[in-house]
Formats: sequence, C-alpha cells, structure tokens
Amino acid sequence: MSTPSWSASLSHVSDTIHIDGLHKSFGTTRALDGLDLVVETGEVHGFLGPNGAGKSTTIRVLLGMLRHDGGTVRLLDGDPWSDATALHRRLAYVPGDVTLWPNLSGGEVIDLLGRLRGGVDRARRDDLIERFQLDPTKRGRSYSKGNRQKVALVAGLAANTELLLLDEPTSGLDPLMEEVFRGAVQEVREQGRTVLLSSHILSEVEALCDRVTIIREGRTVESGTLAEMRHLTRTSVDVTTSRPLEGLDALAGIHDLVLEQGGARARFDVDTARIGETLTHLGTFGITALTSTPPTLEELFLRHYGDEIEAAEEPVS
Amino acid sequence: MTDSFTGTGTLVRLALRRTRFALLWWFVGISALYYVTAVSLAATYPDQASLDRLAASVEGNAALLAMAGPDYALDTLGGQTAWQTSAFGAILAGLMSTFLVVRLTRAGEENGQDELIRADVVGRSATTAAALVITSAINVVLVVAVALLLIASDLPVAGSWALALALGCAGLVFMGFALVFCQVSSTTRGAWGMSGGVIALAYLLRAVGDVGNGALSWLSPIGWGQQMRAYDDERWWPALLSLAVAIALCGLARALFDRRDFGAGLVAARRGPGTREWRGGAYELAWRLQRPTVIGWLIGLAVGGFAYGSIGDDVGDLVGDGDLSDVMTGGETSGTALVDGFYASAVLLLAIAAAAFGVASVLRARAEEVNGRLEPVLTTALSRPTYLSSHLLVALGASTLGIALAGFATGLMNGVVSGDYGRVWPLTWAGLSYAPAIWVLIGVAVALIGLVPRLTSLAWVAIVFAAVVMFFGPLLQFPDWVTNVSPFSHLAMVPLEDLSWPPIMWLTAVAVALLAAGYVGFRRRDVVN
Repeated sequence: MSTPSWSASLSHVSDTIHIDGLHKSFGTTRALDGLDLVVETGEVHGFLGPNGAGKSTTIRVLLGMLRHDGGTVRLLDGDPWSDATALHRRLAYVPGDVTLWPNLSGGEVIDLLGRLRGGVDRARRDDLIERFQLDPTKRGRSYSKGNRQKVALVAGLAANTELLLLDEPTSGLDPLMEEVFRGAVQEVREQGRTVLLSSHILSEVEALCDRVTIIREGRTVESGTLAEMRHLTRTSVDVTTSRPLEGLDALAGIHDLVLEQGGARARFDVDTARIGETLTHLGTFGITALTSTPPTLEELFLRHYGDEIEAAEEPVS
Repeated sequence: MTDSFTGTGTLVRLALRRTRFALLWWFVGISALYYVTAVSLAATYPDQASLDRLAASVEGNAALLAMAGPDYALDTLGGQTAWQTSAFGAILAGLMSTFLVVRLTRAGEENGQDELIRADVVGRSATTAAALVITSAINVVLVVAVALLLIASDLPVAGSWALALALGCAGLVFMGFALVFCQVSSTTRGAWGMSGGVIALAYLLRAVGDVGNGALSWLSPIGWGQQMRAYDDERWWPALLSLAVAIALCGLARALFDRRDFGAGLVAARRGPGTREWRGGAYELAWRLQRPTVIGWLIGLAVGGFAYGSIGDDVGDLVGDGDLSDVMTGGETSGTALVDGFYASAVLLLAIAAAAFGVASVLRARAEEVNGRLEPVLTTALSRPTYLSSHLLVALGASTLGIALAGFATGLMNGVVSGDYGRVWPLTWAGLSYAPAIWVLIGVAVALIGLVPRLTSLAWVAIVFAAVVMFFGPLLQFPDWVTNVSPFSHLAMVPLEDLSWPPIMWLTAVAVALLAAGYVGFRRRDVVN
C-alpha cells in the first residue's frame, strides 16, 4: 500500500482529539458540563458512560454538527466547527441509530457516503460487505435494525481515513457480527489509525481499547489506560492457609471479609493498589490455595455509577 | 364489539391527545373561513342594489366560476357566502381529513409506533378505527359549528345547514380516499401525494364542469357539495351520495387492509441496484430523493393547465359587466379581454400551486434533518451550503419549470379546443412571469430553515395566505396592505396586462435576500435531530 495520508500524522506530537472543559447546553439543559477528553494519535480510545451522559453530544460537537458554548476543542489540529468540511475528509463516522433513505439500496448509501467523502475504495467496500454478510441490493425500508447498522459500519470502515468516530456502533449486531466488527477495528489499529469508540458494552471496550475515558452527567470522571484504572478497583481473593489467619481486618484496603473454617479460609475484596502488601501478610500464614479474580471494567463502571444503581433500586426494596 | 376492535376507545383518547392542537387549528381556521366571509360580505354589500351589481358581474365571469363554483342565488348574501367558501372549504376539509388519517394510521406504521401499540392488547383494526372516529368527529363538529356560525350571521337556516353539510361531506369523502391510499402506499409521502392528487382533480373537474358541461361537476366530491345549492332551493340528496361514497371507500380500504401485511403497502418493495456512481454528488442525491414527487407535481400542473385550457371556448360565450369584470379585466369588456382575464387568473392559480410545490420541495432539506438522514451526509466532505443548494436547486428548477409547463399546457389545450394556437407562447410567458413570486415563497421557506428551523411549517401559512388573497381579495375588498403582503399581488396579470419588469426585478431581489439570510442562518446553527 502506498503511504496513506493518515500515516503522516503518526509523527505528530499533538493528539488527534483534545477537548478541555467543554460546555454545551440545550436551552436550560446542561448536556456537557466541563468535559475533558484526550485521544492520542494511533490509539483506540473507549468512551464510556451511561445513557444520557453526553457521549453523543460530544461526538456531535466533534463532527461540527453542534456549536459548543465553552471550553476548547481541537480535532486533527483543526477547529471542528469552522474547519468542518476539511476535517470530514479525514474522518469517518458511524452513528448508533441509523436512519436510511427508504428507497435507496444499502449499496447505494455506502457508495453515496464514500463519494461525498471523496472516493470509494471498491475492494475494501466489497470485502467489508462480504464479511458483514450484507445484502447491498435491499432498499432502506426493508432492512432490519442490525442490517441498517451494518450499512453504516461498512460505509465508515471502508473509508481510508485517519480517524474513526464510532458512536455505539454495534447496537443491534448479533455476536457473530460483533466479532467481525472487532476484527475490523483491530485492522484499523494495526494500520496506525485512531479510533474513538463510544460504547456501553464493556467487554467490547475491554477487548479493543488502549485507553478509556469515563463520563457522567457531562463531566469526565476517569481517564487512563485499563491498567491504570484497575489500580482504582478491587480484586476478589479466596485464600486457604495452613495456619488460621490473623490481623486481616486490621489491614488497610480490605473489604467484605468473610472468615471460614476457624480462620483457615478467607474471602475478601482488596483495593488493587494494596494487593502486594496483602499477599505479603497472607504469606506469613502458609498459603495452601489462592484464587484471585482481576477487576473487570464492569466493576469499574459499577463503582462510578453504583450509587445511581442503588438509588434506582431503593424504591423497590 | 369484536376482538378486532379491542382497545379502540383507548386509542381514540391517545389520538386525541396527539392531535389536539392540530385539531384546534383546523377547527378554528375552517370555521373562521365561513364566518369571516359571511360577516365581511354583509359589511361590504349592505343593500340589494350592490348585491345585484355583484351578481351581474360574477354571472358572466368564467374565471370566477372556474375558481369558485356554479352560480346559485348570487344576488343574495347567502348565495355569495356559499359560492365563495364552498370550494375552498371543501379543499381545506379534504386536507384536514388527509392529515389526520395519514398521521394516525400510515405514519405510525412507517415509524414503528404502531408496532408497539399493536403488540399490546389491541385489535388489528383498532388503530384505523380510532383514526376514523377522530376524523369523522371533527368533520361532524365542523358541520354543527359552521351551521351555527352562519345562522348567527343572519343567514337562512336551511341554506346554512346545507352549506355546512357540504363541507362535512367533502371531508368524509376525502377521509375515505386518504384511508384507501394509506393501504395502497407503504409511505406517508405516497399516501399524501395520491390524496392531494385526488383533491386537486376534484377541484379541476368541477372547475371545468361549472364553466362548460355541468356533467363533469358530478364527478367531483367538491361538486356534490356545491350541487346541494345552499341558499337557493336546497336539495339534500347529494349529501347522501357523498356519505355513500365515503362508506364505500372505507369498505374498500378495509378489504385492502385485510389483504396486506403490517407495514407494507399493496406494492411489494423491489430490490435496488447494489451500487451507484453518484457522480453528481449531493445534487444527484437531492434529485434522486425528490424525483417521484417532482414528476407527480409536473403531471398535476400540466393536467391543471389542460383543464383550464379546455374551458377556453366557453369563456367567450359568457358576457359580463359591472364591478368584478372591471376588476378582472381592467375595465375592458371586449371578448378577447375577458378570455385573457380568465387565463390570467387561471395561470395565477396554477402559479400558487407551483409555489406550494416549490415550498414542499425545499422543505425536504429540513425533513431530512428531522429524520436523522442529514447527519451522515454532513459528516462527509459535503459543506452545509452545498447541501442546502442541492435541495434548493431542485425546488427552484422544478417549480419554475412547472409553472412554465402549466402555462404551456393551458395554451396548448386552448389551441386544441379553439383551433387557434396563438395563446401557447403568451401563456407560457404568463406562467414564467409569476416565477419571482414563487421564488420569494421558496425564499421564505429557506429563511425559516436557516433561522427558525422549528417553525418551518410557517412557510405553508405564506402559501395559504397567497391563496386566500387570490380567492377572496377582489370580492371582499381586502385593504391594500393586506393584499400587498402576497408577492403575487405585485406582478402584472399577463396576458391581460403587459409584462411589467420592475416588480419582477425587486421580487427577485427579495427572494435573493431571503435565501441569503437562510444560508447564513443554516451555516451558524446547530444541526439537530
């Protein structure tokens, strides 16, 4: 392959997306309230948050559809509002809720979006249609939700752009197609292109993303690599020792401790940051069996939104 | 009640909740049409002598007969009220019924709301039944309200009920048509297109019939109402004819409904090509999306032209004098001037129809945005001004071509009927001379899209206003400033009057200014879903 335009930007020091203190209101509703987001060039960045947190609004500001009220936004070294058309040549967008023209076929829509962006890579397009098992001759009104989503995915992934903005792109896809999607994003990553993946499917983010940003009510609450974030989570430990355990409850960072078999077996959660000193302490009692379950993104997510879930459950109990 | 109708009551309440404001505006608008006309006529023509003069001028004027309806008791206030309101009122009732039926049945199937409802404990026919209940009810309410308003304006009781019934019967017949088309077409756009076509055809059939051979008026649901002869020896059986046709249409719709799948029309969706070059980019997209509508409107405008052209020979047979002929002919009463006057107003009417088409066409740019189909397109290298231009070009081009075609068709058919083809090019030019007014109304729509996108439907108010000025302006003697708000009022009535360039120039300038405002606004505002 000849040097595509996006590889030139790999040498750039600046980030592909740099958002600082973004504000956007719709009337009296504050959609974004000081949101920060940095996407480095060449990474797959997960963008997480519950429904209504502001993910789509952020992406629509990045696309120049919405004009922001405050803060700074830089996209590919440009201003997403005033340089919209020029920037759009260098990015592709896949929405989560795809509306097609009822009387245009899926193939026509893919070609239209490619053409309007500046050209269609036929081989890539045909390959993606094949992999996603899409029938391009059906008209918009006769596609199911999943198939409409595939049309948008093929159109977006076929574009040879340096940035992909994916807004919950797999809603409606079956697990097989979800796998095809993951494969396609892996290829994009290997080509050194940048991806912003908004999602609330955590396994998808965990499998694909280098770094994640978690937002809530229009504000960034956490951002970093998954490894960094796991330090903020708890690891579940189930340990059996030859001598009864003592002093565990005095250790910092131990939660939900349950002692069994006269203290010879313990189950507890420990702050991932304190797992080392905890293991040292356990070692003094002669470990005979130990299982530890690493924290998942689900737990991370629950930690940030857990109080919401509890609040929602309260009226029921 | 059978299972098929389970839940109808709840759905009627839901429909009422969803359409209450629309119902209110239709009710107020249509009632006001009748009441205001009756009251202003009484004020404008206070004595019998003035009414006699008015009647004498109207009786000889083919243009007015074609526009409004047959002449019954035109020397009475009641007869004048009926004559001026019956055609316009029937059209409004038809549009109202179509709006309600399409909105409450096919629209729900198209966007999926209905699926949610039908999965509940709701009979198969409940949605349709609820739509018919609401639509019939508003028509009945209108009949009662209009009759009482007319009686309150000191018009005879029997005639008032006849005129109001004519309105309601037209509403019910067009309700039946709309329901049939909602089964035939799988899209709201298609159902609207066919229903609008039938209303326009009904209007044209009675126009040709009222001027020439009366038989054609009997093919028109609008004609049936006018043949009830309100305020002039009323006959009531045409109301039964209307009701029978309305019931028959609902029966037909029911039969079609039982033969189709949920969400589908009678015509199965065909496959499309798997690929397309799109060399024309956004412009090709706008044309591809609007092509069916454009072709439909062009055929409609040509048919309208043919209808008016075919009247040609009969116009000369009618001779009139008095106030209105002066209004229509600028004081000349020679046969040629009368015919020219007739065609000048026929082309004006077609021009307003072409303006409605132009506005509908350019509003597609906004409809795409509301339906969420603009965002994927705008996130490519397509700029906002180019996007807006793509739909604007179709709207300007097609409406300008449409009015030229309508004028040409009028002249051509006039030639076929009279053997003299001398009016073909003058009438084509007459049509084109109205283009700047059409552009102004398209400009209003674009300005609304750019500056106040939530209120784009106000563009329709501008169209309705232009139509009201045309229908009622000369007879009700609106103040000049009211008449002058309509862009059509400033242009010369070609071929009756000579083409005048200054209004053409400044109306074009106004259109350009409105378009510029719309473009600036559209560049600066948020794109919303």
